[in-house]
Amino acid sequence: MSAPNPKFDFDIAVVGSGPAGLAAAALAASKGASVVLLDEQAEPGGQIYRAVTETPVRDRKVLGPDYWHGAELLGPLRDSGAVHWPGTTVWSVARPREDAGDGHRPIQIGLSRNGSAAMLTVRHVILATGALERPFPIPGWTLPGVLGAGAAQVLLKTSGLVPSGATVMAGSGPLLWLLAWQYLQAGARIDAILDTTPKQNWRAALPLLPGFLRSPYLGKGMKLMLDVRRKLTVIGNVTALRAEGDGALKSVVYTRNGTEHRLPADTLLLHQGVIPNLNLANATGCAQRWDGQQRCWRPTTDDWGATSVEGVSLAGDGAGIGGARAAEEAGRLAALDALHRLGRIGREQRDQSAVPVRTALDRALTGRAFLDTLYTPAEAFRVPADDTIVCRCEEITAGAVREAVRLGCSGPNQAKSFLRCGMGPCQGRLCGPTVTEVIAAERGVSPAEVGYYRLRPPVKPITLAELAALPKTAADIDAVFKH
Amino acid sequence: MTATASFRPDVIVIGGGLHGCSAALHLSMRGVRVLVLEKDHVARHASGVNAGGVRQLGRHVAEVPLSVASMALWHRIRELVDDDCGFESHGQIKVAESEAELETVRARVAELTALGFTHEEVVGQDELRALVPAIADHCVGALVSRGDGAAIPFRTTFAFRRKAISLGARFQEGGAVTRLVRKNNLWTVETADGGVHEAPVVVNAAGAWADRIAAQVGEPVPLEVIAPMLMITARVAPFIRPVVGATGRTLSFKQFPNGTVLIGGGLLGRAVRDENRTELDFSQVSVNARTVWDLFPCMRGATIVRSWAGIEARMPDQIPVIGPSGTEPDLYHSFGFSAHGFQLGPIVGRITADLITGGSTDLPIAPFSIGRFAA
Repeated sequence: MSAPNPKFDFDIAVVGSGPAGLAAAALAASKGASVVLLDEQAEPGGQIYRAVTETPVRDRKVLGPDYWHGAELLGPLRDSGAVHWPGTTVWSVARPREDAGDGHRPIQIGLSRNGSAAMLTVRHVILATGALERPFPIPGWTLPGVLGAGAAQVLLKTSGLVPSGATVMAGSGPLLWLLAWQYLQAGARIDAILDTTPKQNWRAALPLLPGFLRSPYLGKGMKLMLDVRRKLTVIGNVTALRAEGDGALKSVVYTRNGTEHRLPADTLLLHQGVIPNLNLANATGCAQRWDGQQRCWRPTTDDWGATSVEGVSLAGDGAGIGGARAAEEAGRLAALDALHRLGRIGREQRDQSAVPVRTALDRALTGRAFLDTLYTPAEAFRVPADDTIVCRCEEITAGAVREAVRLGCSGPNQAKSFLRCGMGPCQGRLCGPTVTEVIAAERGVSPAEVGYYRLRPPVKPITLAELAALPKTAADIDAVFKH
Repeated sequence: MTATASFRPDVIVIGGGLHGCSAALHLSMRGVRVLVLEKDHVARHASGVNAGGVRQLGRHVAEVPLSVASMALWHRIRELVDDDCGFESHGQIKVAESEAELETVRARVAELTALGFTHEEVVGQDELRALVPAIADHCVGALVSRGDGAAIPFRTTFAFRRKAISLGARFQEGGAVTRLVRKNNLWTVETADGGVHEAPVVVNAAGAWADRIAAQVGEPVPLEVIAPMLMITARVAPFIRPVVGATGRTLSFKQFPNGTVLIGGGLLGRAVRDENRTELDFSQVSVNARTVWDLFPCMRGATIVRSWAGIEARMPDQIPVIGPSGTEPDLYHSFGFSAHGFQLGPIVGRITADLITGGSTDLPIAPFSIGRFAA
């Protein structure tokens, strides 16, 4: 082993530069830890503040004030001295096989940048991998013209692009309303919003309303919804949905109060809320549990975001959906705890510094239970009918998954072996939650019992060439990462 | 699928991997009542995630007779288990990258010929290129076993299990064996989920956990738990049919009918067997990638989508333990396959059944005796 290279040997690596990652990196570096912030995108911001430094959408009204709050997190990061490596894909986080002998078991991060891969050694990792859209499998969702509302929002933020032609939005959840509102501000055409929020969710959510009434987002959310309802056609109580077309989307068919309707459409934007993007944490070996309320798997963490894997913490929506402001505070808590674990601050200082952060976190989470309950996706969309494709990579239908269960397939990992379901390049990102729910429903047990995919590095595809050329020495690494 | 109180097995098989399932099948074919106890689920470990090579090529000399006999079963696998197990026979090849390596494989063939085996042959550069057009220019020849091939591990193990069940075998999953005692010619086997099972005969096919079963009967073995790593690429256009290895370095390389390419070679990650978990070592994965880079220039732009490691057992002399216990009657071992037990699955199940039902087998199993580790 060659001597450690200071440029490639950090105290803390933060993965993801959304609100949690930005806040965590800035705080940790400001207390003197050497911190590297790794992010896939060219600019910081994550998905929520995507392209906040360079969006072509200059009219601040279009994306709203919550979006522009992201810019306020960038100054502290710059001032903190944290090293920021944009355009860096993290594909593996693992404990190395040997102990460093300094009391810490170092962690190896596999990453790629500019087409070259390298292993980075750090003492602590904060995963701030955020959320991804919950898969929304309906018949025809693989047709060109059908896409996730979140993907469409990325196009708006990064390129100022809006869909052309007849556009229908369908689904449920706060982000659906936000995107509709942003499109309105941008002058885009939205022909209709098909709201799939189940009627009975209101009954379940009502007892939680008092909490929500204290939420800081209530006013903003209401204004946004009213705005959208005033200007766009909103069709509620939609219970069945399918996309039709020959080679490309032609129409959206939906059922309302027992009657089927058809809308011509060139673009269908689907959205059924967001779930933690836990792929990296899962592949790292972090324990996870089924969250019955948010109906998703989430890595288990303590109050500080520490996972079951020593030296690995989680902050933000990757640990459970709480929204951007909650993520930011969770990032600060994870940073304080990492500083403490590294011996940079004492326990008392950590706890003291956390007091105002926890207050802000609690405030940001106020009303969350109401939203989670109200926007729980209807069962028909979580557990689709037999002819609906669930795994897009391998084109596996819900019916095929049910058939495998009848043959003895008891969980998602066996489904991989039975069907190749979840074995494609996305490694289950687009089918995991659906496969869990379909198997659970078919077996008549809870998703917790059914379990989830064991994911495998590289969590993001890398080329054989990158892997073959993995630098072995500090000097090799230097040559790759000169910047 | 669960054992009921009224089911009195003649044999309890510990371990629901391919070897446990194969023993259960061959015993069931002879009318023996079998109960298989599996701590997780069938094919959870090595039997579900290995590279699937069905290879006589390059085996330890002691294994060759078994391997050749097993290959005969592989070529009739559908008759045995009512499923083709995804078995395809396009040959296996060990590429020689230098004259010196070619010399080594020539000596190997001479040794086998002297023993009466003819399944391996040496081919020169032209024949190698005809078999593997994508091979790098510098390769000078190869060792070939044309009857070899590959199958799909999980599907194979499940096919053995299904057929065994259809013949009356029972499977109990989800409870590890915690205790094993023999009294009055009857074994009592307890599992972590509270199960208590009795049978006159026990088969230890517990894979990477088999040493713990052996230790229970006073027969400790130096079993090493290993985690051979594999990786798989995104789909590429079909370009290769045989399974390719190398003479001078460690490689197992093959393309599936769906276009994905499996790259392995036994490079090791780290196994944490008490947690059913493995950790990958990317510096080693990188060595494997480098080998493919050198031998298959067309693969340099391929995308790696997944890598993993299974938990397996390795014995110090690289060959398995097969045969009766040295300390207890009515106990038979079948473990320690040292990362190349998949091809032997069909025959070792038959051997175990031979031993249990007839007291002997016609294949030479003396080298695999557990007694070789006795103090």
